[in-house]
Amino acid sequence: MALKGASFTVPFFLGFALFTVTPMVMALKQSLYKAQSSGLGFGGKTIQFVGLDNFVQGLQDIRFWSAMGRVALFAAIAIPLIQLASVGLALLLDAASQRLADRFRLLLLVPFMIPGIVAILIWIYLYSPVVGPLTPFFRLFGIEADFYSGSMIWISIGNLMAWSSIGFNMLIVYAALRAVPPEIYDSARIDGASEWRIAWSIKVPLVRRSLVLTSVLSIIGTLQIFSDPMLFRSMTPETVTRDFTPIMAIYDWAFSQGEFNYAAALSIILALVVGTASALFYRLTNKAPTS
Amino acid sequence: MTTILDTTTGQPATGTTPPGVRRPRIRLRAEPGRSRHSTRTKALVISGLVLFTVYSLAPVWWLIVAATKSRGELYTSNGLWFTDINLWNNLKDLFTYQDGIFLRWMGNTLFYGVVGTAGMTLVCVACGYGLAMYEFRGRGFLMGCIIGSFLVPGALLTIPSFLLFTDLGMVDTATAMIVPSFFNAFSVYLAKVYAEGAIPPELLEAARIDGAGEYRIFFQIGARLMSTGAATIFLLGFVGMWNSFFGPLVFLRSSEKWTVMLGLYSWLKVKTDSSVDLVSLVVVGSIISLIPMVILMLSMQRYWRTGVTLGSLK
Repeated sequence: MALKGASFTVPFFLGFALFTVTPMVMALKQSLYKAQSSGLGFGGKTIQFVGLDNFVQGLQDIRFWSAMGRVALFAAIAIPLIQLASVGLALLLDAASQRLADRFRLLLLVPFMIPGIVAILIWIYLYSPVVGPLTPFFRLFGIEADFYSGSMIWISIGNLMAWSSIGFNMLIVYAALRAVPPEIYDSARIDGASEWRIAWSIKVPLVRRSLVLTSVLSIIGTLQIFSDPMLFRSMTPETVTRDFTPIMAIYDWAFSQGEFNYAAALSIILALVVGTASALFYRLTNKAPTS
Repeated sequence: MTTILDTTTGQPATGTTPPGVRRPRIRLRAEPGRSRHSTRTKALVISGLVLFTVYSLAPVWWLIVAATKSRGELYTSNGLWFTDINLWNNLKDLFTYQDGIFLRWMGNTLFYGVVGTAGMTLVCVACGYGLAMYEFRGRGFLMGCIIGSFLVPGALLTIPSFLLFTDLGMVDTATAMIVPSFFNAFSVYLAKVYAEGAIPPELLEAARIDGAGEYRIFFQIGARLMSTGAATIFLLGFVGMWNSFFGPLVFLRSSEKWTVMLGLYSWLKVKTDSSVDLVSLVVVGSIISLIPMVILMLSMQRYWRTGVTLGSLK
């Protein structure tokens, strides 16, 4: 019986071994080799074992690390703001009556139903000085906003990210708020707590677990940001360079320059950074005193 | 603490009041509830929600309006209101451009999505069921693999997967889109959590005593009890595949195999063709590509809510 039970898991783990474990092992192996053109640069390339050379080169790769720094800075600013907005929205929804909350919730989730690429396309056009309504709108207030310029590009991408993710994050936080028995609020009210105080001292600490979850997911996603800058690049190749974010740099090394071994090493470095960042965040937020 | 003219309705715990039953508006005594605010707070709450809603909906509204405009008006008229409706012509342009390649992309995406996700649901539900319902050696190790793989960023796998697919001759084939998507660790995790909650072990025991084989038990009892969970897994998987971009970008080469998202991206990159302005095609194409998603999401609302709560249990 146990054997038959285990057999249910066989198809999955065979595929898992082939399509997840094998590439992981391959990445490790590839990162230790280097393809070198032979002699005069003619003929085939020879693959040579170079040990940790790729990693040494990767750790000193200024363009890769400036991409990483750019994205890390962006994540450090955008994620807290998005979380704050999500919690605020969930609290608003929680403070409204059930009927009202149900109606708003569906509307607020519309961005979540829009596929990521389409969301990016919509905003690219909204930002566009040619077809978008935003440039003339800001002109009304005397502001000449160029959403594609170097100084604005992260704000533009951040707004796009906020637009697509606040709804979903709000849903998770709201679900956690709903799970709180209402008696807790009643006793707080009897003790004389104001609604603001209740929101800050009771509701926010209670949803912390959900916040940690959505934050970790956001960190993992943001450090690997790819499609947003990639699509913006087709509008402003001068601002969004081909190695604007770590994944774009990896993609560029692999598919434009054909340096798969170096790209594999950079992938591993990125994976380590993402893993460390998420673990660190998880540790830090779980150490803070509860409520 | 009693507000006699409290207009907010009390908040019954979800599920206690059948939908459509309204709470009395005026109560003499406040009953346990979440929301009892002054009118000012209430106005603040509502205006906050309205503001967020406008922010959420306005871009989609722009897209809908823009899809109805002719090429000239797209650039000159106010983007937030309709001028003359040119939607029909835009659709005709979209579906006839390059011999109707857009339709082909939609078909591809649907095909990859349906076949890939159906296979994934079967494989992952079976695996989750096995992990939840049976004790066997190595089970802890397998669970560890699944949880561990959550931490592996997708970025790490893409480059080596490309090399692996090259070796297997899978680059630029439908197989590269479909087969790897069968094996989704997160779906297995969801299936396991769901199976633990939905299938009482005693039921399986009873079926065994009646002489049913393990596989028969799975298909006739386990799989049926897990159908809600399976629907959730299917929905999340399908949405993921419909939206995916990096995978198709790396693994697919020739344009007749592309997914709709990749196709829209290629049009965005080209911008203008000698005969057609691709901006209006991208706008109309975006709307069309939304339709299957919106239908699916609305008709299966119940399931993706389940997915959200299951996911947040982690």
